[in-house]
Amino acid sequence: MTVKNASLPQKRREPLTDTQLLMTITICIFFAMYALAMLLLGGGFLRPQQIFDLLNDNAALIIVACGLTVVMIGGGIDISVGGVTSLVVMSCVLYLNNDGNMFVAMLLALGIGLAFGVVHGLLVSYLEIQPFIVTLAGMFFARGMTTILSVNPQKLAHEGLNALRAVKIEIPWLGYIAKNGNLIPGRIELGVLVALLCVVVVFLILKYTRLGRNFYALGGNQQSALMLGINVKRTRFMTFVISGLLSGIAGFVFMMHTGAGNATNAAGAEMNAIASSIIGGTLLTGGVGNIIGTFFGTLTLTTIKKIVVTSGLKDPWWQSITTGAMLLFFIVLQSVVLSNREKHNAKKKDSSAVKKG
Amino acid sequence: MSEMKKAMKKSGNIGQLMIPLIAFGLLIVFNLIRDPSFFSIETKLNNTGNTVLAGNLISIINGASELAVLAIGMTLVTAACGGQDISVGAAAAIAGSVFVKIVRGAADVNGLTVILAFLACCVVAMIFGSFNGMLVSVFRIQPMIATLILYTCGRSIAYWINGGATPTISSPITSAIGSFIPGVPIPTPVIIVAVMVILFNLLFRFTTLRLYTQAVGINQSAARLNGINTTMIKLLSFILLGVCVSVAGCIGVCRLQLINHETLLLDIEMDTILAVAIGGNNLGGGKFRISGSILGAYVIQMLTTTLYAMKVSSTDVKAYKAIVIILLVVIGSPVVKRWFTKKMGNLRGAGLRRAGAKEGV
Repeated sequence: MTVKNASLPQKRREPLTDTQLLMTITICIFFAMYALAMLLLGGGFLRPQQIFDLLNDNAALIIVACGLTVVMIGGGIDISVGGVTSLVVMSCVLYLNNDGNMFVAMLLALGIGLAFGVVHGLLVSYLEIQPFIVTLAGMFFARGMTTILSVNPQKLAHEGLNALRAVKIEIPWLGYIAKNGNLIPGRIELGVLVALLCVVVVFLILKYTRLGRNFYALGGNQQSALMLGINVKRTRFMTFVISGLLSGIAGFVFMMHTGAGNATNAAGAEMNAIASSIIGGTLLTGGVGNIIGTFFGTLTLTTIKKIVVTSGLKDPWWQSITTGAMLLFFIVLQSVVLSNREKHNAKKKDSSAVKKG
Repeated sequence: MSEMKKAMKKSGNIGQLMIPLIAFGLLIVFNLIRDPSFFSIETKLNNTGNTVLAGNLISIINGASELAVLAIGMTLVTAACGGQDISVGAAAAIAGSVFVKIVRGAADVNGLTVILAFLACCVVAMIFGSFNGMLVSVFRIQPMIATLILYTCGRSIAYWINGGATPTISSPITSAIGSFIPGVPIPTPVIIVAVMVILFNLLFRFTTLRLYTQAVGINQSAARLNGINTTMIKLLSFILLGVCVSVAGCIGVCRLQLINHETLLLDIEMDTILAVAIGGNNLGGGKFRISGSILGAYVIQMLTTTLYAMKVSSTDVKAYKAIVIILLVVIGSPVVKRWFTKKMGNLRGAGLRRAGAKEGV
């Protein structure tokens, strides 16, 4: 009797899905890594401001990675995100420096992002062209347009927006006492709030709306999705539209952070975003992925870079080698975990079949 | 009947090469209208006193050499694994660094040292290729994700090999590899590409590699059940790409006579994948044509050279290139193709009906 009772709740507990499993691993590793950094390196890592700085510096990357995760869940890929971000930054800066209106600039950012998303979506889903090639062309176009607009770096000289840039949310009780005895409060930029909002909205879309669930169905198995009556073409189109729109928002946030337009803005953002999504447990094959995982993936990726710099390895090549090593670790770990599960599941099926037989 | 089948087969073969050929045609017509002297080829003396060929066409064929060599390997990887290697630029930087290190380390540079240096960088590139290949075939990771690792850290490894400097090499042999062999008017990289193409053709003719690669790409489980070692085939495709990478890296280094790990063959991975796609190969794996990819490489280089000839600055070229790429892929997209075949079928059907009516009368 007692044995039965003990085994009952275990039976009822649903096993973690692949998405949740990979995400849990990432979150655990992130916290373990951060705790280790706090213990061994101390210094800046003991202050909450370190986390705020990570968020401040990478708000745009978080937004871009969210968009990319959506596309990857739908089974596609979008490598134009970095290019679109830099184009948005450059055009907004140029527009604002010509006595532009702040709200029109926001609309401009959204419009450029949306336009790229719509064109990519149309070409990929309705003309059935491979997403890699379409978004590669999109990246070339965006990067080329950025340099056509201006080869030289442009500094933002718009009073209203510079005032908005200076607005920071200060949290006194998370601050620290500087060497001269003054209390420096924890500072968060507005861009971080936008990024967190994007994360929450995309999370809700993916989790609770029909559209979001359709993304997973599409990425998991297109044929089945079609047979379930899902409008596959429109769903795929929507993944690219969301990604484009988020790239536009990321561009505006990026401009808020740096305050200048430069042709090399957000260089390599697409690969960083892909890496973040993968670390967060999104599979490029589609159907598996989670925004919270991507969020922590971005943090993990940027934390490791910070740890490398603070631990005294100042040579620039250390950063990319450690990033590569970490990617290798995560990718192999995911592969091993997933194949183990597959084997386990297959065994379970076999044994249950035997029992039934 | 059999003749008809043959004809159909023939037209099917040409069908794949249609897009690069159309692109070539368009570019040639465009250049003829714009400036017919674009195609002029002349002989001139270069600074070492050689009679060499010069002209836009020669510089196109010469400039696309690295791209063409990489496209050969990339086609194989694409066909076998259904994904692309995005680390070829970084791997070529590593291979070039090894080449420079050995050439500089030698007391005097003769033919043997250059060959040894090439073999060493070939081995290194093959090791990195098999690293990628292991991840893809054994750990079953998507090729693009697996090669993202080397893409991230490859150029840093190249930096580390030569201690961060951008060393130069100066030797008549390496400069001959990068430009012209004395007495031969054709640029040496073009000859190297021709040799590579012949070697790969021989490989396909005398081994079952082509068949096996296509089988693995079309249906992996079916290939495995038929006794093909799929892991081995995938690994082999990456190792062969490694050979191509080392050749491309050596050409790139010899051309400039120095190694700059940050800029050597920068962004070439994107162009290579593009060449494979323009060549009509399915990026999802399966059947492939090397000739298509090589044609694609020359199309890309011709486009770039045309834009340069129109005085577009090197940073702006990308935007115009993107427009042409989109046009090409739209023409080659399945939907447009289907629509086109339908229209053609209608026309042919109408023609047949008319002919039938005539016979009836």
